[in-house]
Amino acid sequence: MRYLMLIHQDETTLGGNPEQMKQLYADWGAFNEALAKAKGSSPGERMQPASAATTVKVRAGKTTVVDGPYSDTKEQLGGYYFIEADNLDEAIKWAELCPASKYGGIEIRPIVPAGGY
Amino acid sequence: MKDEATQQAERVARESYGRLVAFLAARTRDVAGAEDALAEAFATALASWPRDGVPRNPEAWLLTVARRRQTDAVRRRRTRTAGEEHLTMIADEIAAAAEAPEEIPDRRLALMFACAHPAIERGMRTPLILQAILGLTAEEIAAAFLITPATMGQRLVRAKGKIKDAAIPFAVPERTALSERLDAVLEAIYAAYGRGWAESGDAETPALAGEALWLARLVVSLLPDEPEAKGMLALMLYAEARRPARRGGDGSYIPLEEQNTKLWDRDQIVEAEALLRLANAGGPSGRYQLEAAIQSAHVARRLTGAATWPAVVALYDHLHALTASPVVALNRAVALSETEGPAAAWTALEEVARDKRMADYQPYWAARGHLAQATGRKDDAHEALTVAMGLSTDPAIRSYLREQIDALVDG
Repeated sequence: MRYLMLIHQDETTLGGNPEQMKQLYADWGAFNEALAKAKGSSPGERMQPASAATTVKVRAGKTTVVDGPYSDTKEQLGGYYFIEADNLDEAIKWAELCPASKYGGIEIRPIVPAGGY
Repeated sequence: MKDEATQQAERVARESYGRLVAFLAARTRDVAGAEDALAEAFATALASWPRDGVPRNPEAWLLTVARRRQTDAVRRRRTRTAGEEHLTMIADEIAAAAEAPEEIPDRRLALMFACAHPAIERGMRTPLILQAILGLTAEEIAAAFLITPATMGQRLVRAKGKIKDAAIPFAVPERTALSERLDAVLEAIYAAYGRGWAESGDAETPALAGEALWLARLVVSLLPDEPEAKGMLALMLYAEARRPARRGGDGSYIPLEEQNTKLWDRDQIVEAEALLRLANAGGPSGRYQLEAAIQSAHVARRLTGAATWPAVVALYDHLHALTASPVVALNRAVALSETEGPAAAWTALEEVARDKRMADYQPYWAARGHLAQATGRKDDAHEALTVAMGLSTDPAIRSYLREQIDALVDG
């Protein structure tokens, strides 16, 4: 099973003192390293904050471009990674390992298999 | 008059339903698909057994037919894609269907862990287990949960879809996660038992209590080393043993201290005591073990006159340290009335009252009414007993409280 792991976090509470940031970067480095070694997984990518988001909709041939993310909630999508796992419990382990699970939340979304219904 | 083949199919259905569903779904994680395949297999059996005779191993026969149905269904779904993986799976399934095992491995425990997985909505874990393991229909389950069969049906479909789509594992969790996950399984089963009590004033034998006891016995037999499973079964048996004494001939409510102990089911009490002893061999540790021990103390007091109230208070202290539940604090306050007197109990109750959840909790107001009465607070007693009556849906409890209020006014 392939799972998309979506990282949600409250952007306003991100950051900290230099010592905390150093620790956080080290944690992320280690996590990405582990992810890179795991078969079928792809290391995370970090997104610019939601303030950099633009949402596009086309309705009846007319395009609307709106400043901001698709849904304006306190916790925003901040990044993602893919993992390959036998089942949900394994995917949950990969969510627990992700540093963002300590300050945000990881949404686990199973990917519809190729040729799926 | 049902013929032998029909009776045989029904017997196999009752005894083997969960075993067959668990076995069929273990590989595909498709509970709904397994149930469908099994339903077709039962229909086939009812058509062919009266004609050809009941097979020597009816379970294996049903499994073989159900697996063919399952394979057909997979094939129908996959013709569009015909990926290599799917062809392999079909080949596997056909090979497996050709030789049904004499003894079908018991995967029911794994299925229960899937149904009570934390990724399944909490309120749906009990209905899911009742359907997947016992084969209860959405109508039967809906009746106990006071929602429409259509809504229950939809929620069951959604929950089974989640198991399949998110690939919730069919497995007994590893040692490290076992106790936490087992809590969810036990909670789901105990909730079924609670539904059994709550039904229609529990005057007649409730349908779900028996099913819950059956499931609890199953878990105890499949996980013989888990003390909490035994503790929960013991707790259920203590309650079950007293059921015949909880109501008078006219359906009136009879509190524990006034019950006729001759009406208690001694076999169930003996079994509960034995289970509790086994569970406590390593020291009482879990919630269910402690609650069962409290019931054991009540039973001993009523049967032998032993002074067990201090033990009850001590056990509630342990339970409160474990759960921090206001309901436990309430029960402890009531027990305190028997050891240190109503004044001390009233003080403890005032502490409990700070929890906002008590505002519409019927047992709180009933306890408050009785303690107010015992400490000479007549107005408080009148108010609390009236609120308790207003919060009760059970006619027997309401009329019991009505009598208490009347006695208060007359006295």
